[in-house]
Amino acid sequence: MGSRASTLLRDEELEEIKKETGFSHSQITRLYSRFTSLDKGENGTLSREDFQRIPELAINPLGDRIINAFFPEGEDQVNFRGFMRTLAHFRPIEDNEKSKDMNGPEPLNSRSNKLHFAFRLYDLDKDDKISRDELLQVLEKVDVEQKMSIRFLH
Amino acid sequence: MFLLLPFDSLIVSLLGISLTVLFTLLLVFIVVPAVFGVSFGIRKFYMNTLLKVFAWATLRMERGAKEKNHQLYKPYTNGIIAKDPTSLEEEIKEIRRSGSSKALDAAPEFELSDIFYFCRKGMETIMDDEVTKRFSAEELESWNLLSRTNYNFHYISLRLTVLWGLGVLVRYCFLLPLRIALAFTGISLLVAGTTVVGYLPNGRFKEFLSKHVHLMCYRICVRALTAIITYHDRKNRPRNGGICVANHTSPIDVIILASDGYYAMVGQVHGGLMGVIQRAMVKACPHVWFERSEVKDRHLVAKRLTEHVQDKSKLPILIFPEGTCINNTSVMMFKKGSFEIGATVYPVAIKYDPQFGDAFWNSSKYGMVTYLLRMMTSWAIVCSVWYLPPMTREAEEDAVQFANRVKSAIARKGGLVDLLWDGGLKREKVKDTFKEEQQKLYSKMIVGNHEDRSRS
Repeated sequence: MGSRASTLLRDEELEEIKKETGFSHSQITRLYSRFTSLDKGENGTLSREDFQRIPELAINPLGDRIINAFFPEGEDQVNFRGFMRTLAHFRPIEDNEKSKDMNGPEPLNSRSNKLHFAFRLYDLDKDDKISRDELLQVLEKVDVEQKMSIRFLH
Repeated sequence: MFLLLPFDSLIVSLLGISLTVLFTLLLVFIVVPAVFGVSFGIRKFYMNTLLKVFAWATLRMERGAKEKNHQLYKPYTNGIIAKDPTSLEEEIKEIRRSGSSKALDAAPEFELSDIFYFCRKGMETIMDDEVTKRFSAEELESWNLLSRTNYNFHYISLRLTVLWGLGVLVRYCFLLPLRIALAFTGISLLVAGTTVVGYLPNGRFKEFLSKHVHLMCYRICVRALTAIITYHDRKNRPRNGGICVANHTSPIDVIILASDGYYAMVGQVHGGLMGVIQRAMVKACPHVWFERSEVKDRHLVAKRLTEHVQDKSKLPILIFPEGTCINNTSVMMFKKGSFEIGATVYPVAIKYDPQFGDAFWNSSKYGMVTYLLRMMTSWAIVCSVWYLPPMTREAEEDAVQFANRVKSAIARKGGLVDLLWDGGLKREKVKDTFKEEQQKLYSKMIVGNHEDRSRS
């Protein structure tokens, strides 16, 4: 039978991703189908060009930075695990009170991990600080005049 | 063992004779009604039986999934994003309101949190966007016993596999040879018929014959694909001097429309078999074929089309303004060329039912021959055709607005999503002007406030 979503994703891998990211079974299958449809080269990884082929993402002023967030330092390809890990940041924060696991790692969609993600979008040179130049670069990208006064979040 | 030989040849010849008889009978039952435009209702019966089989198959698969405590993968029911359509301004104001404790009327020009809006929108489009999914075949909610559409492998029982195997046998060993024979008959009759009609002197008799030769051959081709078509509102069918526009899903659209009406085709001159067909057809009645070099010249194209529509004795032109094949879930941007000519436009909406066979031609994945083979090994091609009332361009409209109006009407009638995106995005990148528009929207929000402040 032809190559379709469920064939190439093994059950064990699915379980691992479920544990790591918190997505449900059907959500992971659906996202895997999406991953394979974006992967025009059919080699199991996505490159930056694969993302840029999405027109609505290409017209997003911060499209390039969002794409960069998927790729770890220095790499040009992202596999399905990495894809899911980045997407997991966007899951809604559930009520973690009852399942608070003090020994385990923080879930990817926790409040602080979300803030970290947003911070990384600004911090281009990855020195854990947002410099004035980096901020101005973002403003250039969204086409705002540089003479603007800027107020910071307190 | 050698004693079996005479029996062998007897069996072989018996088999040969019975097959020939069978095929002749079938051809007679199918070709003769096609010639006269009559139907026995065999195809409808076939379609209803198939529907019952599919429903049973889905139930079995759901049972199998429940045993494993999983849910079946259904593309449209388990949504992944809860989308609420709000504008850029509303969303950013909302974000700022929840973050900042300052008074609302001291409108900030820029906040660090504004980035959240763009980031989230970007992520949403990565997970599911409106454009790229139109260039691949539509996914089905329930399985139709074709391996090409199956996403729920793990839940197939033995009985289902046997049923699938039976389906393969029926489709490849019975339906496929029959369909190929019919297609061959249809095409050769078309070429031969139009060539013969071409030798007649111009006049009413020639037109009459030409029309019926065309119709007859297209009807045979329709049966070659086992296409079950329902025509609605046939009183609105296109007339001479008009342009018929329709949404484009595959080259089969031409066969479907031309088997119910008599049109002049527009297209590029091809080589090979297509070229032979084109040259034969143009002998019987005037079609508009362009050389490859002429296609680039927009003025030349417009001029020839205008000449054609102004001659009231010539047939209505059939055009697909999307310019490329879309997967029949949406209608994409119509190219304005055919709407500038000033003729009456007769819109037609075509909607296929993908349950029986997906008609979409994914030209980047399959060549023409592979595509036709896939079509002929599906169960059937089921579609509905709606003829919409004619439209003309109004005084205050320009060609683009007129094109969009026609497009919306077609989308509404066919139950398709009306998109403003260009079908050319299948192969090309989006233009930078669209990105600049998004940037302008955001800066208007920020710079606009600044101007208000400096004015007061």
